[in-house]
Amino acid sequence: MATATEQWVLVEMVQALYEAPAYHLILEGILILWIIRLLFSKTYKLQERSDLTVKEKEELIEEWQPEPLGPPVPKDHPALNYNIVSGPPSHKIVVNGKECINFASFNFLGLLDNPRVKAAALASLKKYGVGTCGPRGFYGTFDVHLDLEDRLAKFMKTEEAIIYSYGFATIASAIPAYSKRGDIVFVDRAACFAIQKGLQASRSDIKLFKHNDMADLERLLKEQEIEDQKNPRKARVTRRFIVVEGLYMNTGTICPLPELVKLKYKYKARIFLEESLSFGVLGEHGRGVTEHYGINIDDIDLISANMENALASIGGFCCGRSFVIDHQRLSGQGYCFSASLPPLLAAAAIEALNIMEENPGIFAVLKEKCRQIHKALQGISGLKVVGESLSPAFHLQLEESTGSREQDVRLLQEIVDQCMNRSIALTQARYLEKEEKCLPPPSIRVVVTVEQTAEELERAASTIKEVAQAVLL
Amino acid sequence: MRPGPGGCCCRRTVRANGCVANGEVRNGYVRTSAAAAAAASQIHHVTQNGGLYKRPFNEAFEETPMLVAVLTYVGYGVLTLFGYLRDFLRHWRIEKCHHATEREEQKKKKKKKKKKETKKKKKKKREMDFVSLYQDFENFYTRNLYMRIRDNWNRPICSVPGARVDIMERQSYDYNWSFKYTGNIIKGVINMGSYNYLGFARNTGSCQEAAAKILEEYGVGVCSTRQEIGNLDKHEELEELVARFLGVEAAMAYGMGFATNSMNIPALVGKGCLILSDELNHASLVLGARLSGATIRIFKHNNMQSLEKLLKDAIVYGQPRTRRPWKKILILVEGIYSMEGSIVRLPEVIALKKKYKAYLYLDEAHSIGALGPTGRGVVDYFGLDPEDVDVMMGTFTKSFGASGGYIGGKKELIDYLRTHSHSAVYATSLSPPVVEQIITSMKCIMGQDGTSLGKECVQQLAENTRYFRRRLKEMGFIIYGNEDSPVVPLMLYMPAKIGAFGREMLKRNIGVVVVGFPATPIIESRARFCLSAAHTKEILDTALKEIDEVGDLLQLKYSRHRLVPLLDRPFDETTYEETED
Repeated sequence: MATATEQWVLVEMVQALYEAPAYHLILEGILILWIIRLLFSKTYKLQERSDLTVKEKEELIEEWQPEPLGPPVPKDHPALNYNIVSGPPSHKIVVNGKECINFASFNFLGLLDNPRVKAAALASLKKYGVGTCGPRGFYGTFDVHLDLEDRLAKFMKTEEAIIYSYGFATIASAIPAYSKRGDIVFVDRAACFAIQKGLQASRSDIKLFKHNDMADLERLLKEQEIEDQKNPRKARVTRRFIVVEGLYMNTGTICPLPELVKLKYKYKARIFLEESLSFGVLGEHGRGVTEHYGINIDDIDLISANMENALASIGGFCCGRSFVIDHQRLSGQGYCFSASLPPLLAAAAIEALNIMEENPGIFAVLKEKCRQIHKALQGISGLKVVGESLSPAFHLQLEESTGSREQDVRLLQEIVDQCMNRSIALTQARYLEKEEKCLPPPSIRVVVTVEQTAEELERAASTIKEVAQAVLL
Repeated sequence: MRPGPGGCCCRRTVRANGCVANGEVRNGYVRTSAAAAAAASQIHHVTQNGGLYKRPFNEAFEETPMLVAVLTYVGYGVLTLFGYLRDFLRHWRIEKCHHATEREEQKKKKKKKKKKETKKKKKKKREMDFVSLYQDFENFYTRNLYMRIRDNWNRPICSVPGARVDIMERQSYDYNWSFKYTGNIIKGVINMGSYNYLGFARNTGSCQEAAAKILEEYGVGVCSTRQEIGNLDKHEELEELVARFLGVEAAMAYGMGFATNSMNIPALVGKGCLILSDELNHASLVLGARLSGATIRIFKHNNMQSLEKLLKDAIVYGQPRTRRPWKKILILVEGIYSMEGSIVRLPEVIALKKKYKAYLYLDEAHSIGALGPTGRGVVDYFGLDPEDVDVMMGTFTKSFGASGGYIGGKKELIDYLRTHSHSAVYATSLSPPVVEQIITSMKCIMGQDGTSLGKECVQQLAENTRYFRRRLKEMGFIIYGNEDSPVVPLMLYMPAKIGAFGREMLKRNIGVVVVGFPATPIIESRARFCLSAAHTKEILDTALKEIDEVGDLLQLKYSRHRLVPLLDRPFDETTYEETED
């Protein structure tokens, strides 16, 4: 049946062809040809190929001129010619041939030339030599390192500590070990350069809040919470961190830790605390901001500090719970890929810890001295004191900027130089102006140590006052 | 290849640089037959490189045998399967969990509310909870592979890291999750792991005495940065000496080798600049490049065609999208690659750099002191002019037995770094006794201490290197790298052999470094020996004997191109011929 019908249709078609008028066939033929043409022709115009010839390429290579690798530095650049310190940079310091009282090195506890520390380092030097000749993984772990980690953990009352061979690399390696691309970090605008570099290496989302402004931080956290509710799937894998400093290197202020801890639990963000200035300074036993505020140290997820200030050695450490810290042993770049800390420096740090543990009174003395000079430096016309009165490192800024940073720097340098002539060693706080995220205003940094006597503090304050008056008025 | 009256020894690998090749190609290297090799390499040195090389350049990377590769993959497959199985068991608390856990308070909510619910459901976070600090898969490798052989790393030592070292014995009763120190000390372990190339890791002698003196005078810390008030006279003295040692105009020293790279590269290049980086560059160079904000392109390891193509394309096509020309192009290479044992093809890199006006950053972390007739590193090794390298970077950790790093170059460059290096502004400067150690050891290498001790050390290291490498090849191991490189990787391939080799060697009182993924490609696990001038012939022979034994035990002698010593050695001790077996 079916075949019969099909045949019939075919016959009809052929018949129709015969019957169709000639013009119709011609028209259809043209249409078919048109379609074929459309099918095979290129519907777009190819861009003119612009392959360069070999000769042209050679010309391009010939023509290209790179910028200089390091642009020439003007001879009068303020940072080009360093002060030269002869001898140890301890309480009395010889700067450019002139003996001064040191108000510039972060030797808060005066441990730099402590004979006990030196003796411990010397004993270590006689046993181990200087270098470690390898990273921690490859025979660069010495018993001294294990001791120091143990001692630091015990001192800070945490489960574990990990040491780095360079203070700067500590927090700069710790942050990217945890915070990855896509994670969110809330960070204080005044955070130091090492934190900034750590954040950059982590490639996380960075949210800056106003310096020590908890309302601003909460605003950002809330914003994020709303964001998270919109996309709960993403929120479930987005880690949140708050990175703050104990005492801020750039401002000399203390972070409001109790509020931060509250915010931490409210918004579920982990706190990383950088304590380079506050470790060995704040708190009854020098354990830092946590002790100062009486906060359970386990509420802080990670504490990082360097051993280059109060401990007067070299290197840095992180401490916290093993769950957190142990991860750095495989993921902390500055830990895994760098040679370990020379054992003599670790031994010096251990001895410094011993001294700190034996003389807890030292921290009260330091605090008292800070208060004294703070008070004495108030009311200098033209200069303002920036920083907490319990901070052993604080800043003197111009009350009124001249309008140009360069000019400000020059004025402050003039003050520093004249103080130096009068045997008070000070220094400006140095920054890389183009690299800093939020460049602090130029300032002179004053550092208090326990070795400075009341008279010396008084003398320094009056010298600064007199010099500032002479320079600024 | 030593051109002696008895002819020259034949090396199997010759570069593929356009020469006629009959063999397998890998990373641009070609294996030719033994007879052809001699002729080809002659031609190669003369014509293929336009006479760039003043000395033979013999580098070998023997192909991984197919069977070994397959077995290695199978090994990793089995490990992964078992890993999943054990994770499953841990998940259901059938197997005990040893690793540290999150603080209870930080996961309190789900605990209280869902105590009765299964753990699986607990894991599903509500947004109220802290997001877990680590992703689960992140630590899979650590938990299931690394943990099995963790005892091979971080072995604590309690002596000078010299030719022999004392290791603290430790034991694990929970499959490496934790270690207990037994209190015993394994004495006199032969140290093939430390980067003590010239043997300056010592606790006696002039360096130690000088360092001790400075320690007593200065103390250990500095408590300030270079730009503020941490620039000691000692630092200036060191920098002046380093510049003289390197033969450059000026130099600057930094407190940490790693940071020398990561904190200075960003000062040199930035947005709109291009970095061409070798694929096997060290983590510090990679980090520095990343922090700089420049565009990074990777060329194949030590492969000059790859580098040239990138250079040419970079200049011809400029920056992507904007098509602006690059501001500057910086080539990042290392002198000796610490995992491959290869030496950078510096003469060719310099030729390319000159042709395309790029800048060259040479990281001599492993090569300074360890290469070259006078120990001045890879530039000295090839007899080149240090002026041709724009940035000479290196570390004091290795050959000088201290710590820290340096950068040397033109006066302008160093002036620029003094004002712009992150390290100079924000990081504490070098510890004075460490500086003194560097000064004394460097003077010793330069012969300024009035002895020829330094020179002897450099020669001893070169001899040790040749001897050790040759013997290992004779034994039939696959050894990577350049015949003059004191870093000697011995291929293990299979994951189980990483642990076995490390443990067997320690049992025989030899400390070696073993490395696997992720430090190496997944199938190319290896052991690494670092030679030292402090190794005596006896120590090396003992080590070789034990390696030979362990090699047989673990069937590590994979090489199909075994070097066999000639029976009669009329003229040259190093005359060898190769046989196929």
